Amino acid sequence: MTQTRFTVNGEDRVVETDPSTPLLWVLREQLKLTGTKFGCGIAQCGACTVHVDGAPVRSCSTPLAAAEGAEITTIEGVAAEDGTQHRVQAAWVEHQVPQCGYCQSGQIMSAVALLRDNPNPTDEDIDAAMRGNICRCGAYGRIRDAIKTAASA
Amino acid sequence: MGKWTRRGFIAAGVVSGGALMVGVGIREGHRAPKLAEMMTDEGETLVNVWVKLSADNTITAIVPHSEMGQGVFTSMTQMLADEMDADWDTVTFEQAPAHEAYANYPLGREFLMGDASVPGFVQDSLNGGFLRIAQSMGLQITGGSTAVRFTGMGGMRIAGAAAREMIVKAAAKEWGVSARDLRTEKSYVFHDASGKSEPYAAFAEKAGSYAPPTQPTLKTPDQYKLMGTSVPRFDIPSKTDGTAEFGIDVDLPDMKYAAIMGPPVLGAETVSIDDTYALDMPGVVKILDKGTFVAVVADGYWQAENAVRQLEVTWTETGAENLNQTDIFASMSAAMDEVGGKGKEDVAVGNVRKATEGAARVYEAEYSVPFLAHAAMEPLNATAWVRDGQIDLWSGLQNPLAVRDEIAGAFDAKKKDVTVHNVMLGGGFGRRSSPDYPLMAVAIASEFDHPVKMIWSREQDTQQDWYRPASVSRFKAALDEDGMPLSWDNLFTQKHDPPEASHIPYKIDNQLIHYAVADHHIRFGPWRSVDHTQHGFFIESFIDELADQAGMDGYTYRRKLLEHSPRYIAVLDAAAKAADWGRDVPEGRGLGIALVDSFGTVVAQVVEVDVTGPEPRVLHVWCAADPGYAMNPDGFIAQIESGIIYGLTAALYGDITIEEGAVVQSNFHDYPMLRIDEAPEISVEIINSGAKIGGGGEPGTPPIAPALANAVFAATGVRVRSQPIANFKEGLS
Repeated sequence: MTQTRFTVNGEDRVVETDPSTPLLWVLREQLKLTGTKFGCGIAQCGACTVHVDGAPVRSCSTPLAAAEGAEITTIEGVAAEDGTQHRVQAAWVEHQVPQCGYCQSGQIMSAVALLRDNPNPTDEDIDAAMRGNICRCGAYGRIRDAIKTAASA
Repeated sequence: MGKWTRRGFIAAGVVSGGALMVGVGIREGHRAPKLAEMMTDEGETLVNVWVKLSADNTITAIVPHSEMGQGVFTSMTQMLADEMDADWDTVTFEQAPAHEAYANYPLGREFLMGDASVPGFVQDSLNGGFLRIAQSMGLQITGGSTAVRFTGMGGMRIAGAAAREMIVKAAAKEWGVSARDLRTEKSYVFHDASGKSEPYAAFAEKAGSYAPPTQPTLKTPDQYKLMGTSVPRFDIPSKTDGTAEFGIDVDLPDMKYAAIMGPPVLGAETVSIDDTYALDMPGVVKILDKGTFVAVVADGYWQAENAVRQLEVTWTETGAENLNQTDIFASMSAAMDEVGGKGKEDVAVGNVRKATEGAARVYEAEYSVPFLAHAAMEPLNATAWVRDGQIDLWSGLQNPLAVRDEIAGAFDAKKKDVTVHNVMLGGGFGRRSSPDYPLMAVAIASEFDHPVKMIWSREQDTQQDWYRPASVSRFKAALDEDGMPLSWDNLFTQKHDPPEASHIPYKIDNQLIHYAVADHHIRFGPWRSVDHTQHGFFIESFIDELADQAGMDGYTYRRKLLEHSPRYIAVLDAAAKAADWGRDVPEGRGLGIALVDSFGTVVAQVVEVDVTGPEPRVLHVWCAADPGYAMNPDGFIAQIESGIIYGLTAALYGDITIEEGAVVQSNFHDYPMLRIDEAPEISVEIINSGAKIGGGGEPGTPPIAPALANAVFAATGVRVRSQPIANFKEGLS
């Protein structure tokens, strides 16, 4: 079986899995990083968002092969190494954003990527960066407020 | 609480390690007849709410509900801790396991006392109709916006107050002082005269030797310290770092994965499966024909899902293969035509016929709503392990105890050999109160001696749902010269729960509310706020039409018909005031208002819509809500915001349609969800009127669709009488 090598949250990983397998299922089932969620399987909901070389991607529709040699960050790798929350996570707690919480790993990954590229996003910037992430609990107002809080932190 | 003590009891004792346990349940020997039938062993008691005071002075509340985003662990614990005068910083919770000892007694009590505000679908689960649990007290359900108003008020608060009284009594005895001279704060007892203070735990052993009080004194709102405050939710940090464990995250040794496929036409069964291609696909372990569904078990979920899509399944014909959406609506119209002037009676007051004869004129309108799927973010899943006569199930369930009993019944197991491990729910909205998916997981896993995790694809989740019913509603109102209603005649189809959903808040002397039933194979499921979703739209649209007929605005007309209820008036006024009702809005915009009383909470909403684009866009929702008293105001507001977005998604886009007997939509590309760029600003004002406590999870949903439709009318003069509303301009051309 083909080997695929990449790093996840700074750790070197080698997996022997069919390279056409979506990255999502490799993270969840092989690497036991279950913070990244399955929502739709067709890149419509954003629950599976992770960073590949810093860019937010939908891991349900990204084949493992595309991760060869890449640096991958998941929700488990967002906090600092000493466990300190990322400012986006802290803002999420401050605004009590999550309800059921299932979409929130993906929401946070999209927000972290947004603020890294654009430290002071406008409402339109937030719309553009976050519209790929569905929240069925409808926490959109709190997500917007939390992003603004994190931007000013 | 007088009524409560006739049937309730409080149990207390000291368990190993010196911890004091106090529980609230049904008093032995004082069983209500309906509950007695459900208890199988002599001397069996039901205790549902527990508090544990440990030797290190920490306090643990044991909460008999499921967390699906509504913050129930926090609100329940908050109510208990306040009555106990506990130190919030050292209070934690545990979710009660699915066991009779934690069965949801306060909910059952409300049922026994005939409280009309217990949603009917919950009553069904007690009746045994919906979940067939009559053999036991399988009522541990989260749904119907019941947690705070029943479990919290009837259980958590009592347990906390009783524990505090017992501790104070023990301290008084120990110190040789009067209990009246003691005060409690932050899990300590103080005797100010002598300066003595000790942690609660110092008195645990002695307190546990006392008979618990039969009627503990509860705080009045002016004494609340935690109730009425927005303490942060316990579960939120774990939902920001990926550590919250949902059903889909359960991991067990040697676990395999299953993907499933149900019949496209609901109710069909397998005739044959051609698995020649799927069988040889990588990772495939076994292909299962379970009659009502097929499954592929594989080393990984992706492999299982790929293989299940390659199966060629022939399904039985049920007779619904030629049925289309238009046929279903036509059958509802036909059913209504058939009953004519008199369907099954819901409400009959005064004399509608006579009122109509004497009227200046009669106004009529007909509305409809489509089927809706729940589309919780977490696709349905369950993990089962069947071995050595034991069945273990891990899943996010709204009613774990009933699921345990369902499993025992379906697989011929003793209840004690079935263990249900309930984990976080990635959304429920009513879908996770149906026991179909855990039963399927057990059916699959019973073919193996290792655990199997079954995950539904989004497509299966959408097409194998229990749906919010499509329904039609016809109204006829007799009006006087001023346009005020003399009578209200409403004939609708598909009555489910709660029974009062079709009732109106308005004072109209002559009312006939009745219904017809059109049978079809699309199965009914409770969907956030259940029948209130459709009746809220029907009633609040029609009353708005009557306002227009009378030449009045929707707010003024409603207000005239609500003069009998200061509570309704206060809520209506607050929403109108917040929205600055009556102001001029720019061309292409409109304001619409609606008011719905559901699950004990009265909610009014004003929508400002912009119709200049291809689809209506909701700019702002001003909402006033009276739940009697909001135990956790920010948590309540979050629930209302959530209910609005959930209802707005349905109102704008929600449309499950049937073609050749099957659900057409399959995923978010053709069953779209509201996204952040379409989400309105939402302002919520809480009114703590002091009325009996109402729910929070559902009441935000019903008013949003009619408020939007009424706003579209205000902006365009076009009356929207069906959904989805996003398409309303298509109907104009």
